Amino acid sequence: MIIAIASGKGGTGKTSVSVSLAKALAEANDKVTLLDCDVEEPNAHLLLECSRISETDFSVKIPSLDISRCSGCGKCAAICEFNCIAVVKERAVIFADLCHSCGGCSLVCPEKCISEIESKTGVITEYSSGKLHLVQGILDIGKAMSPPLIREVKKNTESEIVIIDCPPGTSCPMVTAVGNADYVILVTEPTPFGLHDMTLAVNTLRKMKMNFGVVINRSDSGDERVENYCRKENIEVIMKIRESIDVARAYSKGIPLYDALPEIKQDFISASKTIVNRAGETI
Amino acid sequence: MKELVIISGKGGTGKTSVSAAFASLSESTVIADCDVDAADLHLVLSPAVMESGIFESGKLASIDKSKCVSCGKCSELCRFEAVKNNDGIFSIEETSCEGCGVCVHFCPVNAIMFDERKCGEWYISKSRFGTVSHARLFAGAENSGKLVSLVRKKAKEKAYEENKSFIITDGPPGIGCPVIASITGADAVLIVTEPTLSGEHDLERIASLVKHFRMPFFVCVNRFDVNEEITSRIEKKTLELGGTVAGRIPYSKIFTQSQIQALTVTESDCGEIKNIIKSIWEKICHRMMTI
Repeated sequence: MIIAIASGKGGTGKTSVSVSLAKALAEANDKVTLLDCDVEEPNAHLLLECSRISETDFSVKIPSLDISRCSGCGKCAAICEFNCIAVVKERAVIFADLCHSCGGCSLVCPEKCISEIESKTGVITEYSSGKLHLVQGILDIGKAMSPPLIREVKKNTESEIVIIDCPPGTSCPMVTAVGNADYVILVTEPTPFGLHDMTLAVNTLRKMKMNFGVVINRSDSGDERVENYCRKENIEVIMKIRESIDVARAYSKGIPLYDALPEIKQDFISASKTIVNRAGETI
Repeated sequence: MKELVIISGKGGTGKTSVSAAFASLSESTVIADCDVDAADLHLVLSPAVMESGIFESGKLASIDKSKCVSCGKCSELCRFEAVKNNDGIFSIEETSCEGCGVCVHFCPVNAIMFDERKCGEWYISKSRFGTVSHARLFAGAENSGKLVSLVRKKAKEKAYEENKSFIITDGPPGIGCPVIASITGADAVLIVTEPTLSGEHDLERIASLVKHFRMPFFVCVNRFDVNEEITSRIEKKTLELGGTVAGRIPYSKIFTQSQIQALTVTESDCGEIKNIIKSIWEKICHRMMTI
């Protein structure tokens, strides 16, 4: 069972909700895996007492040209949709920074002079925290493309319950992270920005034909418009978490919602049951 | 003409509220909203659209079922898990398609079409603080980096046309493709962060990215009084990395209240918060004039 935690807007408490949900589920289940797919800024490890088990480099494939055999035919440049290859003075020139690793150029080269080599773009780290297993992807500084790393982190789905902490936004990294989840939780806040970005995320999830519900964080800090929208659109509000300076201070020190206040812990335990039921309905 | 890009690494630190406040304080500015994934600046600026256009980027593969012979070659070659096989009926999942064209090229019966993909819309608008360049990415669309570049290009054109001295750019969160597209070639970056372990962790990464591009940067800690110890650590780190501490903003409900009123923070508050943001803006302006 895969449950993804996403949000259009950043900073709504997505990671704290992911960690809290994973902790609540780990109380009742043998093995729960949390995947930190917010690879540009992964933070779940900061909210868990955990120890590092392993660290593996992650690489993507980029083309490498054996120029001595290149005939300058230009078929590689023609197939590349990302303008990574140009033919200059009857020889191909590769700009690997733009490469999307589709493999087209090496497949199409008639002289077989383009091979694929590994180019590191990030690191995958595994942590253990009691019954909870955390797998984190972290993108190297200066690398533009996060989806391949997100796809690699998402291969770790052998546990019965998998929670995915997704990147914010609604474009390719978010789509890659939520894809194939049984249920998605959108974490939002009751503000105009929160509502606007949530509606974008709702449109994306509906286009992907996914089932989802909403968690409203700092639920008493703004106005009614998020709840009104959910009612109108028939979207289930799974949980509301009230604003509290104590929770904010605890979070600043790395304490997730689950451990910040006893009543929030209870709310998470009951919400986790609802969420598992909803995900089960999809399967 | 100078361009200041406001980014944050971590989301939700108050980046857009600060950008909008700067827009209201500046007298000669074009405003660019480059957080095209989740653009919110218009909710406060209420811009009236003057010009707009469709943003097309890349292509999208789609299978003509009448020609498909279900050989599975497309599925075998696709590296983006975009080809779905439903009992021998192959189709392309639009949100997964990278637009690389490998399946199109190698399909033995030419059953795969490859059309331009409409990814979003761009707008040039008028607001009470001047011209705004902004955009909207369609649900689940790709290539937000290219749309960011387009928004910035249009902002720059307008700034030259109107003879403005500043561009204030609200950037996206993170450190990847859209962030890189937002900051390359700008004059300086302001990182708005928060005093939490996550904020601190993300600040180090975003500051390293900015350094990687050899750009001058400022750091401002929002809600600094939530954890003053981490605020001090962040400011120390900023100086170590060669940045400038631009100031501290205290926790205030005015940020949410002004959003609800569709106003900038500096319009709905005439006291402490306005003065703090004004002094941060003046400090940054002053420094940028010497860059």
